[in-house]
Amino acid sequence: MMNAPAMADLKATSLNRLHIELGASMAPFAGYQMPIRYPAGIIKEHLHVRKAAGLFDVSHMGQIEIRTRSRSELSAAEALESLVCADILSLANGRQRYALLLNDRGGIRDDLMIANLGSRHIIVANAACKIEDERYLRAALAPNCELQLLDDRALLALQGPLAESALAQLLPDVREMRFLDVWAGTLLGMDCVLSRSGYTGEDGFEISIPADGAESLARKLLQNPAVAMIGLGARDTLRLEAGLCLHGADIDATTTPVEADLQWSIQASRRHGGRRAGGFPGADVVLAQLINGTTRKRVGLRPQGRAPVRRGARLFAEPDSHSPIGIVTSGTFGPSVNIPIAMGYVTAQAAAAGVPVWAERPGEPVLATLAKPTAITPRYRR
Amino acid sequence: MLKFTSDHEWVLLDDDCATIGITEYAQEQLGDLVFVQLPKPGTSLEAGGVAAVVESVKAASEVYAPIDGEVIAANDDVSREPALINSDPMKKGWLFKLKISNRVQLDALMDEQAYKSMLQGSA
Repeated sequence: MMNAPAMADLKATSLNRLHIELGASMAPFAGYQMPIRYPAGIIKEHLHVRKAAGLFDVSHMGQIEIRTRSRSELSAAEALESLVCADILSLANGRQRYALLLNDRGGIRDDLMIANLGSRHIIVANAACKIEDERYLRAALAPNCELQLLDDRALLALQGPLAESALAQLLPDVREMRFLDVWAGTLLGMDCVLSRSGYTGEDGFEISIPADGAESLARKLLQNPAVAMIGLGARDTLRLEAGLCLHGADIDATTTPVEADLQWSIQASRRHGGRRAGGFPGADVVLAQLINGTTRKRVGLRPQGRAPVRRGARLFAEPDSHSPIGIVTSGTFGPSVNIPIAMGYVTAQAAAAGVPVWAERPGEPVLATLAKPTAITPRYRR
Repeated sequence: MLKFTSDHEWVLLDDDCATIGITEYAQEQLGDLVFVQLPKPGTSLEAGGVAAVVESVKAASEVYAPIDGEVIAANDDVSREPALINSDPMKKGWLFKLKISNRVQLDALMDEQAYKSMLQGSA
């Protein structure tokens, strides 16, 4: 067992009272007391999101606002581009993009969603990274940008095929939004930022609102019978079925975007031959890997049978081998696909060969085929 | 006679046969179970050794043999449908049966009253 800090030492989100009222099992997560599951349980919660709409409290995540300083040399977009391998200059007003914050070795400090709202950019950062991200960004962007941690705001995610109709009851204009559109305006009389995005493989929205208004928004959405509160347990199984990486598990400061098979997030403009090639930390490493490849690669794994393969399980070419060729970074039983699913890293050789590997299990190893990390067909509203 | 262990297992004693499962409290703590690994009949188990593994979406948990004994049956129904352990942990959700080989070990098991007191103490 981990040495969990006492609940009293943990921060509570603005929905804490609602979570407890709904009977949530609360647990420490990145310094916050967060709902892991509600009485329905992870499987029912997961399936509810795939068929209706789930409301998640993700207020523990970091929200950071960045504005260009007056008379600065670089715009906020230009300054941000010096830290991430994504193209931020071409990100249009009202759009959002996935961006990797890299260290000098090309390792992933954090994976971010960056939104362009015209006069400002808003970054959504991982809960466990947000303090360090803020410190790093503040220092790195200081000459050109003003930075503010929006810790007085809550973040809710509304996800699933009925998310649009549920939110449209409060704000009909959301029907006009497409995947990765962002919108800033007034919702229930509160200053709100919406993005059509999420972490479940479903269509949906992330809603940033003042913390003191989060509970009334949540209760209003929950009046719709299609909407149910969903805990972080189901959020993890949903994102794993969707093949999405969890920072701190599947990607971290020791894995590069190319090793993690996230090279799609490096637009052509930032690659060799592009208009603004390189110019981000670790660019030499990452751009060389785009050409020469890497020694390991993130892959999806489909263990045979019903037994889940868990994070930390080593992967072998033969069941009786003692030299691992890879490791599992996330693994569970996928409630929608009704089979065990996992992702992890294997040698580039093994990834290219595509032959099944043996994964450690209590008792005896289990054979797992390599697959795309995505186990479901995502339903983003493009 | 129904007994309990501090690892949240129940042990139903009937002559020289002990039926073992996990308690209502344990299934609630574990959440939705998706996979169960049971000992094969004929296997000899020692008290405190790993007898079975029950797995939820989130994690794998070991079930220990509460006493020494040879496995005389394993519940194939829960292998096929692990959710039976969540819905009916004390009856249809039984895991395996042991042939009791050392009756002295039974004295170390708790009765229902003692188990309930333990739960209240830890709550």
